[in-house]
Amino acid sequence: MLVIVCPNCGPRNSDEFTFQGERAPRPDVSDTDAGEWRRYLYMKVNASDWVEERWFHVSGCRRYLMVERHTSTNEIRSVTMVGGEPG
Amino acid sequence: MSRYRLEAQPGEVIDRTSLLTFEWNKATYQGFTGDTIASALAAHGQRILSRSFKYHRPRGLLTATYHDPNATVQVGDDPNVRAAHRRLADGMVVAPQNAWPSLDFDVKASNKLVGRFLPPGFYYKTFMFPHALWPVYQKVLGRFAAGGVVTPGHQPSRFDHRHAHPDVLIAGGGPAGMAAAIAASEAGASVILVEEEPALGGHLRWGGQDELSVLAALVEQVQAGPAIEVMTDAVVAGRYDHNWVSVVQRDVPGVAERLVKARVKCLVVAVGTLERPYVFAGNDLPGVMLSTAVRRLVNLYAVKPGEKAVVLTANPSGDAAITDLERAGVEIAAVLDARKGQTVHGAVGRKSVESVLDSRGNRFEADLLVTATGWTSPTALLNMAGDRPVYEPKAARFIPTTLPDDVMATGGILGDGTTEELIAHGTAVGTEAARRALILRAKWETASPAGQSSRPPTSEPTPIPSLEHQPHPEMYRSSTHGFVDFSEDVTSKDLIAAAKEGYDSMELAKRYTTVGMGPVQGKVEAVNALAVHGEATGGSLFETSTTTWRPPYAPIRLGTLAGRKYEPARYSPMQSWHASHGAIPLLAGQWVRPEHYGDPPSEVSAVRNGVGIIDVSPIGKIDLRGSDVPKLLEFVYVNKWSRLEVGKVRYGVMCAEDGVILDDGVTGRLGREHYMMSTTSGGAGGVWNWLDEWLQTGFPEWDVQMTAVTDGYASINVAGPHSRELVARVTDIDLDPSLFGYMEVRTGRVAGVTDCFVWRIGFTGELSYEIHIPSAYGLWVWEQLLEEGSDLGVRPFGVEAQRILRLEKGHFIVGQDTDGLTQGFGVGADWAIKLDKRDFAGKPELVWQSQRDDYPHLVAIQTEDPTILPPEACQIVDRSGSTLGRITSSRMSPTLQRSICLGQVAPALDEPDRRIEIRLPNGKNVPARVLATHAHFDPEGARARG
Repeated sequence: MLVIVCPNCGPRNSDEFTFQGERAPRPDVSDTDAGEWRRYLYMKVNASDWVEERWFHVSGCRRYLMVERHTSTNEIRSVTMVGGEPG
Repeated sequence: MSRYRLEAQPGEVIDRTSLLTFEWNKATYQGFTGDTIASALAAHGQRILSRSFKYHRPRGLLTATYHDPNATVQVGDDPNVRAAHRRLADGMVVAPQNAWPSLDFDVKASNKLVGRFLPPGFYYKTFMFPHALWPVYQKVLGRFAAGGVVTPGHQPSRFDHRHAHPDVLIAGGGPAGMAAAIAASEAGASVILVEEEPALGGHLRWGGQDELSVLAALVEQVQAGPAIEVMTDAVVAGRYDHNWVSVVQRDVPGVAERLVKARVKCLVVAVGTLERPYVFAGNDLPGVMLSTAVRRLVNLYAVKPGEKAVVLTANPSGDAAITDLERAGVEIAAVLDARKGQTVHGAVGRKSVESVLDSRGNRFEADLLVTATGWTSPTALLNMAGDRPVYEPKAARFIPTTLPDDVMATGGILGDGTTEELIAHGTAVGTEAARRALILRAKWETASPAGQSSRPPTSEPTPIPSLEHQPHPEMYRSSTHGFVDFSEDVTSKDLIAAAKEGYDSMELAKRYTTVGMGPVQGKVEAVNALAVHGEATGGSLFETSTTTWRPPYAPIRLGTLAGRKYEPARYSPMQSWHASHGAIPLLAGQWVRPEHYGDPPSEVSAVRNGVGIIDVSPIGKIDLRGSDVPKLLEFVYVNKWSRLEVGKVRYGVMCAEDGVILDDGVTGRLGREHYMMSTTSGGAGGVWNWLDEWLQTGFPEWDVQMTAVTDGYASINVAGPHSRELVARVTDIDLDPSLFGYMEVRTGRVAGVTDCFVWRIGFTGELSYEIHIPSAYGLWVWEQLLEEGSDLGVRPFGVEAQRILRLEKGHFIVGQDTDGLTQGFGVGADWAIKLDKRDFAGKPELVWQSQRDDYPHLVAIQTEDPTILPPEACQIVDRSGSTLGRITSSRMSPTLQRSICLGQVAPALDEPDRRIEIRLPNGKNVPARVLATHAHFDPEGARARG
């Protein structure tokens, strides 16, 4: 189990979070085709490298977070809140 | 005193004043507190502890540790107990395993008498054909398999979990581990020190006076350490990402085992070394023991291991064993010094060693053969931390190479040294481990919102002295063949045969011969297996890589992993009433709900003909405020929301981005910028997350404040023709249908309780008011409704009656009548999907779905014979038996006095009165027809709108 240092809550076990993985930008729904839309839904790069992925601190502050994680070593080098700092 | 029990020994751990009586193999024996099962038996000269796995050869003590391969016994109804580790207890009933019909005479040992060992792959090759006989083979072979007996009526023990957050965790409580604990504690770190044996000390425990006095001093310092928690009879089972470390504690009072999950800032591996057996003919005979086994028997348990011994020694442990044996009065028949090229050729005997042949052809009468031929590094934890240990021929063992910053090693696993050198090394490693841990602690504290941050240490890294490797002869196999894996009965011949058959990679040979796959999991046999395999393939230990060690290092009981049962349950505020009024509970997700109060059909009739009330508190409720709430509703629902007026309620369906139906429910507008969304009970958490996801990641600029208030309101649906009359008696809200119509919401007072909201909706299809009350008053309002409505015949109804009522009306349930592939148009709610909206979740998929008709349709179905009730999940088939759909919901309808169903069918079947065939579980087909609407009852919906 990983330690994710949540910007709101501090270091927490990863079982407090749900994993959403890589997130591609959402295509414009008025101008998309099945190929593009399904790449958005299903296709992941799955690189063995530093990857930006989305986690949700569901059992904590309920913030959606962007986590930079190395998929081979599980090292985490940054965690930031989606949508910026809380007001 | 037992025949083999010695006079008091300086380091003995037995309490001679505390005599214990126990049963072994149906006879009564005595031992002392502090004995293991095996040491107490050894004190009585009991040499045979088990029969071996494949050949049923007699086996006895080899290592006298937890990892002794053939010292596994049954204790009461506890199978597979490690006899050389488990402490003796008074009244213990111990039985041998795998020795049917008896330990001394074992018919299956005739496997051996046929003169030929079973070659590797014997079972695969012999019991392959014909396939029809596989069940017979399984039955026969099962009787030959090792393992204890599980009693069917066995009462499971209690198990426990604990979370720990030490700065430093040290695996191994020998001299280096203890020194590391003391140093780390002195440097300000909190420490957990884990030792597999029941006491700290490692090899010092079975040493001489000097070692014992060093041990006493170290133990005193550990006990004085300000923040050292010692766990004995515990083992570090695994190391996972970010130093997540599992420890199994075996001696916690009141529980069989406890699993400690520790987040460790720095892990110190001080596990020492394990002594390795030697491969030669007869090396598995009872009476062949390792030098450490002999030293433990003599020094810890005051047991004389035999009468006359031959000792093969390649190192100081073997030399010390000679001294110990002499002191114990064992006659030394011969010492074979491996450093001078002497070795053992074989051991001979029927049930136990009778004589020993050396490499020069000498024969010695002896009942004990002691070997000290080398050490195996138990590198499992280091492998789990990413290390790839390499073979060091000079020391004849594997040594660690590179470790991550948060894992350090000290002591025998790293190198050799005097006790002082080991302690000095442990001290340096402990100091450095604390420094690294405290830096991380300060970093984490700084990142915690309310944490007080400690000052990180500013000291330089501690220099770590080196532990040199003492030269050791490389000794794995003699000129003869013997057992490599004692628990799986794999010989050196088997490994060579496997290599000849083409299994020239160790990973393949392991799986083919099962070497290292028994209960000891390679700790005793892996390096010998590598050596023999290297010899057979013409390579060497340098080239054969070590096998990958995976967690757990030592066995964990399944109950330990499961831990205690802590499943949260949620109850509505009216639960006490339900429980005292005969409600049959139903577990729906985490919620405990009344399934019914004894008679669901009559509960249905009460709603259709009078009035009923149901506790619907688990319905998800989300309070939404702000000027942009309509934008959010427009986005997450497939229908339109921008023109919902204050006081109105609308039904909506939510789809995910793949167009699959996520949830449904009603949302009402309570005020100008105030909405209340309801969700299905099971979907409440998911919808809350889904809304948060879009608000945070998609539209952070929107003015929406969201609060999950499911538990904040108790919810009661009052349904039936008399519901208006009943609700009017308890509320100040004007219920005149011209003022409070169908699909409208009002706020007001109910039974004197303020801040309630009431909406008129109709899941049951009847006139109904759903009342939402601040939850603390839920029970009060529930009881008031029952009291005020007694003359109207009001009665409570449960989830089952509600399911029947909604099925009569043809209302689908998300997840019951839909599945993970059901997109929006699949449920017949086409009217609700507004593809002319610019954007909403899942819109492109729904646009494409609307352009084709290749998906299952949800339809109402009735069997022609009204008495036949096809169970849910029955298939709908065509004449050839191909599947055309399935029944998703089915019940007997008390209102219609017949069976009713909903089902998903191929689009071609979706037409009124279409005849279909339903296959029942008994294989028979029954005719049925598709209805024009989903509703079996009141398709016009007049009752709810009344």
